[in-house]
Amino acid sequence: MTATIEPMPRLSSDSVSHTAASGATYETVLADLALADERILVLTAENRAAIRGLPPRLGARFLDTGITEQTMVGMGAGLALQGRIPVLHGLSAFLTMRAFEFIRTDVGIARLPVKLVGGVAGILSEANGPTHQAIEDVALMRTIPHMQIFCPADTRELLGALPALIAHPDPVYIRYIDRPPVVPYAPAFAIGRAHVLTRGHDLAILSYGALVRESLEAAVLLESAGLSVLLVDMRTLAPIDESVMAMAAQSTRLLVTVEDHVATGGLSTIVAERLVNSGISVQLLPINLGHGWFTPGLLPDALRASRLSGEQIATRVLERLAHLPLD
Amino acid sequence: MRPDPATRDELERLALRVRAHAVRMATNGGCFLGASLSCADLLVYLYTRFLRVTPQSLNDPDHDILLLSKGHDVPALYGTLAELGFFAPSRLANHLSTNDALYWHPNRSIPGVEFHSGSLGHLLAVGAGIAYDARLRSSPRRVVVILGDGELNEGSVWETALVASAQRLENLIAVVDRNDFQANVRTEDLVPLEPLVHKWSGFGWDVETADGHDFADLDEAFHALTIGTGSPRVVIAQTVRGKGLPSIEGRADRWFCNFSAPEIEDLLAELHGGVTTTIHAEPLMVR
Repeated sequence: MTATIEPMPRLSSDSVSHTAASGATYETVLADLALADERILVLTAENRAAIRGLPPRLGARFLDTGITEQTMVGMGAGLALQGRIPVLHGLSAFLTMRAFEFIRTDVGIARLPVKLVGGVAGILSEANGPTHQAIEDVALMRTIPHMQIFCPADTRELLGALPALIAHPDPVYIRYIDRPPVVPYAPAFAIGRAHVLTRGHDLAILSYGALVRESLEAAVLLESAGLSVLLVDMRTLAPIDESVMAMAAQSTRLLVTVEDHVATGGLSTIVAERLVNSGISVQLLPINLGHGWFTPGLLPDALRASRLSGEQIATRVLERLAHLPLD
Repeated sequence: MRPDPATRDELERLALRVRAHAVRMATNGGCFLGASLSCADLLVYLYTRFLRVTPQSLNDPDHDILLLSKGHDVPALYGTLAELGFFAPSRLANHLSTNDALYWHPNRSIPGVEFHSGSLGHLLAVGAGIAYDARLRSSPRRVVVILGDGELNEGSVWETALVASAQRLENLIAVVDRNDFQANVRTEDLVPLEPLVHKWSGFGWDVETADGHDFADLDEAFHALTIGTGSPRVVIAQTVRGKGLPSIEGRADRWFCNFSAPEIEDLLAELHGGVTTTIHAEPLMVR
């Protein structure tokens, strides 16, 4: 039996297109949502890359607090307490860490529908260096009860999910991404539902965010080596799709997690926790950033330096498969 | 607007009852009594003479909001809210019981408490968000945030002070309970705050000062806050830690207090009669 791989787009890192066929962008989708619902406010701690055109469209419902993540989150809590839906923007490292206690204490304890949109998370901080590397954001955010964590693989997945996430009554953390579509078709978004990209029975790769693209490249290489690969874009990490996780563990010989996150607290940890709780034994290969900061560089270079390119992932999987204990 | 003598007597009697409630909470586990007594008059003044809020108006989107950012002085708030009918005074006997929610810091399950606090340096920002919402709605709502002077060590207070000024949130009013102490020491001996008036005005706030235990003075200060300047406003209220109990007033070691039942009786007598008692309880240092 071989895997069913859906037709793949040309994977091109030099593509500048971040729009769906309709021409929609993050900014236009957010503006349309906000213009249709006066409860929605857009805030930023002077991080306007994705929302530069919104001030004239939203007027006073666009609020740039300046380089003040803590104040922005506190104000977001105050606004949400009054029935507003504040959508907050900042670089992930500063939003989730500088303001962590404000998120946990003001947003988390009150369980307010504040939406946190973090820019250049994970490997996407490229050459910024360790100060800007949000590679512990998932670990931090998932300690907060009811926090919904969404890590889209590309712009289309982000835009498709935005209406549901903004309408959700709980706090949400989004790993913002501005990257061309990874797969030509993304099924309707549902919180807690993973997207199975390919079906297979030899091994399973679970990934999220920017590394879904590299995981897909790895899957193609592994297929060409004669392996049948189950590839899953997890999409939301909290809540997580436990049924897909269990299916992947039980129907394959090796479970691989691929993420641009530290080894602690991310997808590999979630998988280990859940499967142990379910009494499911599995061979697990966690592919992540280990316990340190990654070598800064432009995206393709940074991926290679961290052994996270599609080719390197495939190689690491083959090495592990060669050393799997016999059933 | 100065309260007439009869009103002042009434306010003073109310404040005395609030203080007695706080003293009664300083046993069987205790509470942050020193800080509670310093802001008791402030809370009584605000809830009776300034804030447009009643137990019946809590669902009115225009009712004024009070946020206690220095959450550890919540016994004074519990006492004030109970006295003014936000909840039954009998509930105060549940202090620290896991069957109720009157613990050492405020939370929204207590009627009249608008937001939880305890971690210092948070509620000026939350208040700024509420004030921003009110302005968007053209609501007459005012948001009053009570800050401790020790709390002013937190950078987030000054961060929000800048933002509130930039956003011209004149419906945001900060009140500093200037009792000159932080947890263990005098503020000026650790991280000096003076000249505090200049600090706030330098951050773009309109500043008034008042004797935080004098209702006439408070009335003058709050009504002197000018509207229309576009600036957020702050009242620095000079207070005394432990005010009303000379035996613990102004002492660094009477921040958190847990007294024996006989000591509570002595302190209540002191509160009502001006007889100074001697407290032997070991000072408790929480921080």
